[in-house]
Amino acid sequence: MTQLASADKKKRATKAKPAAMKSLEVEGHEPTVGKVFTENPKMTMRNVNVYYDDKQAIHDVSIDIAKNEVIAMIGPSGCGKSTFLRSLNRMNDTVDICRVEGEICMDGENLYAPKLDVVELRARVGMVFQKPNPFPKSIYENVAYGPKIHGLADTRVDLDEIVENSLRKASLWEEVKERLHQAGTGLSGGQQQRLCIARAIAVSPEVILMDEPCSALDPIATAKIEELIEELSENFTIAIVTHSMQQAARVSHRTAYFHLGRLIEVNPTEQVFTMPQHQLTEAYITGRFG
Amino acid sequence: MTESANHLEKIKKSLSRRNRAEKRFRWYGRTAILIGLAAVLILFTDIVSKGHGAFRIAYIELEVTYDQDRIGVDNLTDPEELTRGNWEALSKTAMRTEFPEVSGRSDKRRLYGLISSGAGFDLKDRLLENPLLLGETERVWILADDDIDTYYKSWLDGEPYAARMSAKQLEWIDELHQQGKIRLQFNSNLFTRGDSREPEQAGIRGAVMGSLFTLILTLVLSFPIGVSAAIYLEEFAPRNRWTDFIEVNINNLAAVPSIIFGLLGLAIFINFFHVPRSVPIVGGLVLTLMTLPTIIITSRAAIKSVPPSIREAALGMGASKYQTVLHHVLPLSLPGMLTGAIIGMAQALGESAPLLMIGMVAFIVDIPGGFSDPATVLPVQIFLWADSPERAFIEKTSAAIMILLSFLIVMNTVAVWLRKRLERRW
Repeated sequence: MTQLASADKKKRATKAKPAAMKSLEVEGHEPTVGKVFTENPKMTMRNVNVYYDDKQAIHDVSIDIAKNEVIAMIGPSGCGKSTFLRSLNRMNDTVDICRVEGEICMDGENLYAPKLDVVELRARVGMVFQKPNPFPKSIYENVAYGPKIHGLADTRVDLDEIVENSLRKASLWEEVKERLHQAGTGLSGGQQQRLCIARAIAVSPEVILMDEPCSALDPIATAKIEELIEELSENFTIAIVTHSMQQAARVSHRTAYFHLGRLIEVNPTEQVFTMPQHQLTEAYITGRFG
Repeated sequence: MTESANHLEKIKKSLSRRNRAEKRFRWYGRTAILIGLAAVLILFTDIVSKGHGAFRIAYIELEVTYDQDRIGVDNLTDPEELTRGNWEALSKTAMRTEFPEVSGRSDKRRLYGLISSGAGFDLKDRLLENPLLLGETERVWILADDDIDTYYKSWLDGEPYAARMSAKQLEWIDELHQQGKIRLQFNSNLFTRGDSREPEQAGIRGAVMGSLFTLILTLVLSFPIGVSAAIYLEEFAPRNRWTDFIEVNINNLAAVPSIIFGLLGLAIFINFFHVPRSVPIVGGLVLTLMTLPTIIITSRAAIKSVPPSIREAALGMGASKYQTVLHHVLPLSLPGMLTGAIIGMAQALGESAPLLMIGMVAFIVDIPGGFSDPATVLPVQIFLWADSPERAFIEKTSAAIMILLSFLIVMNTVAVWLRKRLERRW
């Protein structure tokens, strides 16, 4: 009865939309289709709901992220994929009105347990943001910041080594080794984003979250970052939110399709882009809406 | 086709109207700026034209004999004896030597009126500095009386003001002028002395030191408190009814007339905590109360202007909130905070009303040497001088205003320089 009422409410709410779109709306609580769970999960999310005040942004999402996989999250604007990603390292804590329900675990440990320290969590789950946001400091200091605050380097030599390794892993070393002590903000957009990636991997996180890391970059810089993601997937588990379906197809092992705050389909990337299981996924990847 | 032609016609018509409106608006802006500039120019010309004279003052050259008998002092190192000395006799005798023909009580009084009533004490200071002069005779430039100073300056400018001069005095001045025994010198007293009832003796130093001590205390108290409050409210405090209430109150406090803060200081610091009156401590406390809202508001604005992406970057790296603030937000907002603090300080430097309430309006001759010495401040000194009847205080008042303004200009320049220097782009 209650379910019926809520479905009814939803219909009324979407009345204004054109008829053609109506068939694409999510009806009721359809379960996610596809390969949602994995055998060797790094992170497990069960029945996650996220609210901004009383507005629900994520509805009942359950999904696993496997070790060393690259999972892409795609979907139309406002579908909640960024919100979901940010709840994985509790960046949503900084938003006062945001509330997360359900269970998000990493290696079996609940990330929202009261005694868990977010500082530790964020050292284990790094993040790269949409717009490159290096600190207004030197390139060296940008990368060294994480190891410094977490006390990962005992000596200056150790720190130098961490900085060099991180920059190498972010394939930025060759370009900046001569000007490590110049401002990080003086780099080009693509270099800045790789600097942010170097900064994130300097603390050796287990998982890296990327929130549309290439949306502010030109195609060449994008290609470099994509290449980098592929290399990084050898050592890290990566969850990437992207607007570009081609990018998802190129870099990810699995793809999750979000629609209006619900997780519609999760499948190996190849399958999503060739034989999507759900009609909404198909409609999205064939460009009927976006 | 005709419809699009019609559209174009309409757009063209409105275009000329829009262009005219824009041109008009530019002229409004230019006029406004011109009016503002003209006002500043008039103010400055007026003050400078009135006040520049105060930087020079009339001196009269006399032959002074440091006659031990006349002074009545045997031992120059005994302070008690020094206070009993008849120092005026030195200058008076010198005047009589200069004009030996003058006789009669009233004429003599007029003659002595040519030089400052403090001239004897100036000679005493000179003698104490050079004890070997005792018994010697030398030619010394002695400070003229303020009326003589006013007359001599106006006479040099071609518009003699002789209202307070007798005919005899005019003659004597003329005689001195002929012999080159009266001249204008740089008025170092203005910068080295405290206040005085005698305009020619009065200096700004007491007020400058008072302002300095008061402002140091204000800065030391209000900057850390204001910045901490701003950081807490902006970065740590939960958004709820309480913080809203506090915010509204801070904004209201910034608009409270400053004299109210003076009353508050009088009631709390002086009447309740028994801090002495007229001292920089209580002045600094009152000005701190007054400056805090300004500093909190500008600091909060500076913190708000730090892009959230920087905070996200730091938090995403696993920096704690405190580290995020200390390592990233604070350095980026510091230029804005300093600017706010200096603007607040400039406000405090120019404030007189609240200080009147806590007794910093007293007539204080001694130059304050610390935070607990009675003192007055520059704007109050201006108020006091402007209130004095002697004509010579007119130029003194303007000169004090010039000094106050130059302090303000220096502070604002420092604010701009600091902002430029510390500003980092992101």
